Amino acid sequence: MEFLQPATWAEALEAKAAHPDAVPIAGGTDVMVGINFGHLRPALLLDLTRVDDLREWTTGAGAVRLGAGVSYARVITELGDRLPGLAMAARTIGSPQIRNRGTVGGNLATASPAGDAHPALLAADAVVEVASVRGSRRIPVTDFYTGVKRTAMDADELIAAVHVTPPSGPQQYSKIGTRNAMVIAVAAFGLALHPDRRTVGAAIGSAAPTPRRAPAAEEFLAGELDALWESRAELPTEVARRFGELVAAASSPIDDVRGTAAYRRHALSVMARRALTWAWTDYRNDAKGA
Amino acid sequence: MRLTCTVNGTEQEVDDVWEGESLLYVLRERMGLPGSKNACEQGECGSCTVYLDGLPVCACLVAAGQAEGRQVGTVEGLADADALHPVQQAFVDAGAVQCGFCTPGLLVATHDLITRTGRPSDAETREALAGNLCRCTGYEKILDAVRLAADRMGGDR
Ligand SMILES: Cc1cc2nc3c(=O)[nH]c(=O)nc-3n(C[C@H](O)[C@H](O)[C@H](O)COP(=O)(O)OP(=O)(O)OC[C@H]3O[C@@H](n4cnc5c(N)ncnc54)[C@H](O)[C@@H]3O)c2cc1C
Ligand code: FES
Ligand code: FES
Repeated sequence: MEFLQPATWAEALEAKAAHPDAVPIAGGTDVMVGINFGHLRPALLLDLTRVDDLREWTTGAGAVRLGAGVSYARVITELGDRLPGLAMAARTIGSPQIRNRGTVGGNLATASPAGDAHPALLAADAVVEVASVRGSRRIPVTDFYTGVKRTAMDADELIAAVHVTPPSGPQQYSKIGTRNAMVIAVAAFGLALHPDRRTVGAAIGSAAPTPRRAPAAEEFLAGELDALWESRAELPTEVARRFGELVAAASSPIDDVRGTAAYRRHALSVMARRALTWAWTDYRNDAKGA
Repeated sequence: MRLTCTVNGTEQEVDDVWEGESLLYVLRERMGLPGSKNACEQGECGSCTVYLDGLPVCACLVAAGQAEGRQVGTVEGLADADALHPVQQAFVDAGAVQCGFCTPGLLVATHDLITRTGRPSDAETREALAGNLCRCTGYEKILDAVRLAADRMGGDR
């Protein structure tokens, strides 16, 4: 095995171009498990932890550009106010030790259907910035997951950053598992209300081959809220219930060791209903505060 | 490959490190520091917790080369020459050590928690130690030990 440690982003891209089969390693919380258990034997490990650019976040053009190598711990402490949905998801990940190392870029590249960053990023309409020596391109996160643990990245590309616009309304993240820490989600749900655009982002995790949005639920809710954004009136319980049903209907879960498909569907409908209720309450309270 | 890093304040250099090896393996098998324990090698148990550049991490998930030039702190670095660290003494006094396998990781995690927060609430302690499994104590004595250590270290909020 070879170990390359580029000091700059340009060097990292050159290394990936020269060795398309190199396995990048950031926090190592996915990669090292694979190596320790002999499932992964890359010819070359490409360590990205020396590339300072990847560990930075900046704000510009309305969006936060979150470097692929920013840890969950830093998302929580430094970006909790700007990226509340992602920070909520980050708080549910692993343990403090895992959050000190694990990165959003690593979660995106692994593209596990259970990855916790995905529903939050989908609901917030995030855009993934990937790069190679050929240049860089932006992929809406909705188009990023192409299959089970497959992404729209080419072999010579690396993830540079993810762009997330701070919300104009409340966001929620909800995850169900056997314990409060250290669990892979049995099912997860991310919600973002966008009062500025009068739209809604709703996305599910661990309940389909890829993380995915729930378009019918989003459209239904946006339609119902059309009459409520302005008045901030109470949300009819029937709307929240129907929204939950539509979210569950967007999933295509399987039975596995963590839970049955039926349980996942039920859990999603409950999580979506509750997340909406909390978010709408926040939205109404925001008006009182303002 | 050769690896050079600072462990508990002392520069260490080791040769013939395999590129896929973990920092935990390097510490235990190449540097003679078996305090950090190897139990799961998948980040689940926390018994390998060490400081890497000041942050508690699972040494089993750090590739050896990623520690090049970095500062590593292990449980061996907590005590000074003639006395246990107050966190260690509190674990002994509170009966928070049974088989002891989880203890090194818990000591590093607790040391970090008390250093950061002074006197953590029980909720903060549960959250901070959620990545450290103990199959013996049932955790109550560990919570006692954290409170005792925080008292003795005179932290306040
Ligand atoms: C004990 C434990 C608990 C966990 N709990 C959770 C959880 O609750 N929720 C969750 O979602 N995940 C969880 N994970 C999985 C893991 O922590 C996350 O997927 C994490 O985001 C991976 O990030 P990393 O930086 O550690 O990635 P790494 O392991 O370094 O890399 C992961 C993948 O991304 C690639 N990669 C990394 N950076 C880049 C880049 N910039 N460009 C291109 N490819 C890149 C690597 O080649 C690899 O394929 C857990 C893992 C462990 C060990
Ligand atoms: S051995 Fe590293 S977490 Fe268990
Ligand atoms: S004392 Fe035995 S595992 Fe904790």
